Amino acid sequence: MNFLVEISLLLLLVMTAGAAILVKDLISSVLILGSYSFFLAVVWAWFGAVDVAFVESVVGAGLATVFFLLTLFVTAPKDTSIRHHAPPWAALIGLPLLGLLLLYAAEDLPKFGDLASPASVHVSPVYLKNSLQDTQTPNVVTSVLMDYRALDTLIETVVIFTAGIGCALLLRRNQP
Amino acid sequence: MIQPHDSVLVQTLGRILIPWIQLFGLYVLFFGQYGPGGGFVGGVLLGTSVILAILVFGPESSHSAIAKKIIQGDGLGLIIFAGVGGLCLIGGGEFLNYADLEIPGLETASRRYVGIMLTQIGVAIDVAVTAISIVISLSFNDHDEDSHA
Repeated sequence: MNFLVEISLLLLLVMTAGAAILVKDLISSVLILGSYSFFLAVVWAWFGAVDVAFVESVVGAGLATVFFLLTLFVTAPKDTSIRHHAPPWAALIGLPLLGLLLLYAAEDLPKFGDLASPASVHVSPVYLKNSLQDTQTPNVVTSVLMDYRALDTLIETVVIFTAGIGCALLLRRNQP
Repeated sequence: MIQPHDSVLVQTLGRILIPWIQLFGLYVLFFGQYGPGGGFVGGVLLGTSVILAILVFGPESSHSAIAKKIIQGDGLGLIIFAGVGGLCLIGGGEFLNYADLEIPGLETASRRYVGIMLTQIGVAIDVAVTAISIVISLSFNDHDEDSHA
């Protein structure tokens, strides 16, 4: 049952990713990319990363799609069709080889949810044990983001702020 | 330039949906310490509700007049976040170590709880304002004169 769900999710992801590249119209491509983000959010939720799934579905499928569509309407109001060119031979041969190499390397990764993997023996147990009594916050993700790693989150907020300022400076040039 | 949508269906649905999206955004923001969500998602949801108002009712309507005021507050969220970090410095604490927040009558864990909540509000404001600001930037016409608004 688990296996079937995972295989079908993987197929949906590959299909939407391929369709987003191969489709002949930019608007369709943007919308298919939104559905790709949504399926990716389902994958995150399936593997238990609910916070990531939430962000992926809200930002990836919602906000990014709106931004893409608005950008399309501002920049290319008439012709949104894509002309495809034949890919170069180097890419046709090199990319499958790269994929094979990555699959070969993925053999050595720890199994999903492995208790002995390096990621789950070093700091994760400390956070999981101490989060509730340290911060009264049952959601460990929030306490890690906002307390244990607050400086990282502060800099991320600065990045978002800079993105907004950059868009304003570039696009509102004629504004007083 | 974004025009108001002329379909009654879209306008009515927008009018119904926007308050619920805002309510859900606030719920996600303040429930982020107990369930999935938090400042980032809550901010995006709050921003998205105003973006929906801009897209459905047009940038000039009274529904999105609040958006024009909101973008004046760009950077407020960042000030809240860094300001909470700076408040921790008072009394010789460490930057962003909420245990050093000088709140009388609170345990260390409760201080951290308050600090997490305040910084989440800061992140939410920052993200929401940035999302709205980008949409308003995109909806400005670059070359004609009615863009003063």
